[in-house]
Amino acid sequence: MRNTRSNERLPVGTALPRRARIAVLAGRVTAMVSRLTRRGGGMTISGRVALGLDPALITHLTRGRPVVVVSGTNGKTTTTRFVAAGLRARHQVVTNDSGANLVSGVAAALLASTDPRTCPAALEVDEFALPAVLRAVEASVVVLLNLSRDQLDRGSEVSAHVRRWATALAAAPTAVVVANADDPLVCAAVLSARPDGTAVRWVATGSRRGVDVPLCPRCQAAWATPWPQWACRACGLARPTPAWTAHEGGVTGPGGEDIAVQLALPGQVNVANAAMAAAACDVLSVPPSVTLAAASLVDEVAGRYLRTTYDGVGVRLLLGKNPAGWTEVLDLIESGAGPVVLAVNAGVADGVDVSWLWDVPFERLRGRRVVATGERSEDLSVRLHYAGVEHEREVDPVRAAVRLGGADCEIVANYTAFTQVRARLRASRQPRTPYVTTAGR
Amino acid sequence: MLRIAVVYPELLGTYGDGGNALVLERRLAWRGMDVEMVEVLLGTPVPEQCDLYVIGGGEDSAQLQALAELRRGTGLQSAVGRGTPVLAVCAGLQILGASLTDREGTVHAGLDLVDATTTRLDRRAVGEVVARPRAELGLPTLLGFENHSGATRLGPAALPLAAVAQGVGNGDGGESRAEGLVQGSVIATYLHGPVLARNPALADLLLSRACGQALSDLADPHEAAARAAMQSRLSRGRRRTVSTAPLS
Repeated sequence: MRNTRSNERLPVGTALPRRARIAVLAGRVTAMVSRLTRRGGGMTISGRVALGLDPALITHLTRGRPVVVVSGTNGKTTTTRFVAAGLRARHQVVTNDSGANLVSGVAAALLASTDPRTCPAALEVDEFALPAVLRAVEASVVVLLNLSRDQLDRGSEVSAHVRRWATALAAAPTAVVVANADDPLVCAAVLSARPDGTAVRWVATGSRRGVDVPLCPRCQAAWATPWPQWACRACGLARPTPAWTAHEGGVTGPGGEDIAVQLALPGQVNVANAAMAAAACDVLSVPPSVTLAAASLVDEVAGRYLRTTYDGVGVRLLLGKNPAGWTEVLDLIESGAGPVVLAVNAGVADGVDVSWLWDVPFERLRGRRVVATGERSEDLSVRLHYAGVEHEREVDPVRAAVRLGGADCEIVANYTAFTQVRARLRASRQPRTPYVTTAGR
Repeated sequence: MLRIAVVYPELLGTYGDGGNALVLERRLAWRGMDVEMVEVLLGTPVPEQCDLYVIGGGEDSAQLQALAELRRGTGLQSAVGRGTPVLAVCAGLQILGASLTDREGTVHAGLDLVDATTTRLDRRAVGEVVARPRAELGLPTLLGFENHSGATRLGPAALPLAAVAQGVGNGDGGESRAEGLVQGSVIATYLHGPVLARNPALADLLLSRACGQALSDLADPHEAAARAAMQSRLSRGRRRTVSTAPLS
């Protein structure tokens, strides 16, 4: 009874249709049961249950809210966190910060929120789910970070994502789009939906992804001028003129004002993410200086960049999900000299094909002390061998870090390996828990 | 000095296939042999005088662009005519055939260098492959990862590279369970991984043909460990097939 009462206190009822109210209650009960029975955080299942009862639930729960949607292959979680931090300077904020970024996760975050239904939402959305979310939500701002190959075994050719995003944006005519001007794939999607660039805030992120795009992503013709000032020789697609620029040390806004940025998170890639967040919050009248100051305080994003001590060893945990993400991580650790533990799994959430290892410039680790770990440590070991990187091999990444010792061990892991390592680092009260693999599950 | 041409790697380097060139280069260098890698970039014709040609996989639009580029030149065509070894993977395999069919159902003429025609599979083939190579090649079991929508039927002049024990392979629906093809100096396959990293003996077969001499043995402990781990994973009956989202 106590729980029913507490639900009644929540501002569920006011303007929601009856069906949506029932869906919200069912979703909340499901999340609670899921948590009580320790089946997980309850995010995905509660969203699914609620959407089953009211497929239009997301539309109802976002009506009247300013909504910022963040999508892209890499940097979604961090950028969403930055956006939420900026908006929080002025408002209460609803956000799906547990990492559940499919339609069900968005629904779960919205229905769990007890904040007023007028407060803004910062929603991280998987690049596959973007069309469905933009159909359901009248977004105020859509932030498009980047597109690159990820999880090849899902058959997700990048060109299909470009088409999917263009269609999705066409369904969101009232949204302001904040887009990465240095990613030709993002630009192709945005300019296909909005050929004259209306209501698009372009951000020069300085990302080098365009180097790998051999042809115009819109018409497949060759480039007239190559990246970084890329322009298509046939259809006229060209790098847009950015209003915002992320540079070493800060962000320049559309009025030419330069704001120095000292993030707690490492890497130029996060300055770029902060610039995207500042441009997004600016649309909702939060000044960039406020957003960037708030973003500077974020020091860990769901375990990414987590610094901790485990069994007396100082470690930093880094996530690399795909070649572009791994390359960014290699940029980031290049200045250090500590040992590096690489952890590669091939679970369904990682992509079961590890061919992508050959698209990562592991050659840059030559001279470092390196251990290849994870469920696919043997395949990683072959790659390192051909990269000329001397290394050892051990299945368990945490045990490898402990064996290496020291104060500055980097653990770089792909998705499921990352979540396993994160759980063990956080539960370091029991430092000897055995490594559980998910191979073949 | 052995010269290895890597054909349009910007277009045909998807799925890690760029690794095949690295494997070939390293395996010669480790034996103390001189090698020159010739990266054939977009806008330049394929050179005539190389000792080995490598063509990788790519997305549909990149594949058609590469086909158009290759058609403009004659380097690859004359290399095949001379009997120079060629490795073609996935999209590369399809390009060398008589014709291929794109996503919209349009049929495109291929380079017609091998006796193969490619239509579309109903369902994309994605997963680990185990295949037994033709005996005369003297190769151990081929391992790799396939990820394609092509259904390739071989004509009488082309022979299957291997018989699929697990996976789809060429997907021609025939009894042969064919994977890849061998015709003259061309070896073609659907396998990624990259295929030469997963199967170093195939890399050495290509290299010895290109050098015209037998090669010294390399120890390959890393490759052996990876092959053993995969074979044990697969023999536990845990081939992971992933249901694939439609492409558009």
